[in-house]
Amino acid sequence: MNNKVIQTENLTKTFGDFTAVNTISFDVYEGEIFGFLGANGAGKTTAMRMLSGLSTPSSGKASVAGFDVYRQTESIKKNIGYMSQKFSLYEDLTIRENIELFGGIYGLRGRLLQEKKMALLKNLELEDDQMKLVSSIPLGWKQKLAFSIAILHEPRVVFLDEPTGGVDPITRRKFWDLIYAAAAKGITVFVTTHYMDEAEYCNRVSIMVDGKIEALDSPDRLKITHAAGSMDEVFQQLARRAVRKAD
Amino acid sequence: MHILLVLLKKEFTQILRNRFLLLIMFQMPVIQLLILPLAATYEMKNISMSVVDKDHSSYSAKLIDKFTASGYFKLNSYADSYEKALESIEDNTSDLIIEIPENFERTLIREKKADILINANAIDGTKAGLSSSYAASIIADFNKDIRETLLQPGKLNPAPRISITYSNWFNPTLHYPTYMVPGILVTLLSLVGGFMAALNIVSEKEKGTIEQINVTPVKKTTFIVSKIIPFWIIGMIIFTLGLLISRFVYHIYPVGTYGTLYIFAMAYMIAFLGLGLLISTYSDNQQQAMFIAFFFLIIFILLSGEFTPITSMPDWAQKMTKLNPLSYFVEVMRLVMLKGSSFRDVLTQFLTICGFGVVLNTWAVLNYKKTS
Repeated sequence: MNNKVIQTENLTKTFGDFTAVNTISFDVYEGEIFGFLGANGAGKTTAMRMLSGLSTPSSGKASVAGFDVYRQTESIKKNIGYMSQKFSLYEDLTIRENIELFGGIYGLRGRLLQEKKMALLKNLELEDDQMKLVSSIPLGWKQKLAFSIAILHEPRVVFLDEPTGGVDPITRRKFWDLIYAAAAKGITVFVTTHYMDEAEYCNRVSIMVDGKIEALDSPDRLKITHAAGSMDEVFQQLARRAVRKAD
Repeated sequence: MHILLVLLKKEFTQILRNRFLLLIMFQMPVIQLLILPLAATYEMKNISMSVVDKDHSSYSAKLIDKFTASGYFKLNSYADSYEKALESIEDNTSDLIIEIPENFERTLIREKKADILINANAIDGTKAGLSSSYAASIIADFNKDIRETLLQPGKLNPAPRISITYSNWFNPTLHYPTYMVPGILVTLLSLVGGFMAALNIVSEKEKGTIEQINVTPVKKTTFIVSKIIPFWIIGMIIFTLGLLISRFVYHIYPVGTYGTLYIFAMAYMIAFLGLGLLISTYSDNQQQAMFIAFFFLIIFILLSGEFTPITSMPDWAQKMTKLNPLSYFVEVMRLVMLKGSSFRDVLTQFLTICGFGVVLNTWAVLNYKKTS
């Protein structure tokens, strides 16, 4: 657990006068499940977009999988998976076509792609539904499918932006089983969430308030240092200090 | 290369699955080509005239007969006074007033000349201009007739025997579909090129799927090429349909070769798709893309020479047509189809269109940002 997969130092993003992300510094280790918490508008998504090469930082340093976020965004993109809160599969393609499309984009082809596709479908128990259009399947299935596709090419890091929004606790629990399985294979998981029960599942969590990281530790240690009974209490204590209005 | 094939498979699957859009893309051009060339004609018929005949003589009757017999004019009303006739223009029932003054016949016989007044309703400027000139030629003809009857042509007064014969080169019968079909076909291709690809990319922006592509190692050139190829093929199919219609429905047989037309259409389609893509990189949603595309398309169509000749535009507008890819295509279509120009003859236009293609597509690729 000593290999740093993500390193940031004073990473900042400003939009005009507004500092969305304010000098954040943290490291994420290989195979870790890293929870990235914060109220709406705290800057989580902006930070994640910088790390995944979708947005150029205003200042500070950061590297992902050993590649620089300013100059090597395309190399980063080869080594990460990404699943955004805006649902990111093609609704007018079937389950099977989505798997083949994104697998193909990451260079999987021929027998390897077929094998991985079959394993994915079997794992999600979607073998009989593979010809269904994504638009016709339930949200919980879509999320699991999107996550499985995001890690199909076995990236070093997978970024999940509020992956479980809008589904019931049982479906969420099943989603987290997939996350554990991915982490066990050595894929580092960087996840933003609003659900504090999910925060408890992470190895370490950071809590962002108004663009800054206010706390960063394992859930157990955070509860001790904040004299709180649950992660929810920790979050309430920190997030209440926020000046910024949630969007 | 492999990634391009994967993306192309995706695009074709999506396009073929959207049956409604597919139907519209192929059906609309066919319907438009079947209807528009018959409706959009410059030939004037049924110009309704209001006559104020204050003379009521045999000559005035003869003159009015001459008008109605020409086939261009139909008699709308006889008015007692000019004011009455003017009312019919004001309520838009007449296009033209002919006023024959009192003593028209007497003056004509005594003084060998007489005046009549023609007033045209210029709300529709083209119609007014054309109907006045039709009227002028009818009166000229009438003049000649009375000269012959009144002056008894003899040794002293030979009647002028000058008559003008018109000959319209390259479109001898002034068959309007021959003139309009190539222009309409060009407009339809531009519509597919300018709109469909642009809206396709922008809809990916709206759905958020473009973000998923941007976070993968897909090169932006590959992505854009995967958007161009399907619509380029669709454009060529529409072009083929259009040529079939013009051949078998309007019996327009190109004097030049189909090969020249196709080579030009292929380059043109790439250039116009580039414009569509460029628009998509500047717009965040389909409304914006639609509006910008419409804005350009309307300017391009009006400045293309399709409806009004470029040579009669003011100087500044003529310069603007040089920046209009559509004007080159309209010109080439007519040159090849009607005049029989060879590829060598239209090489300058071809290279210009290739230039447009290179500039617009490069600009689109440069302006498309995977990282903001």
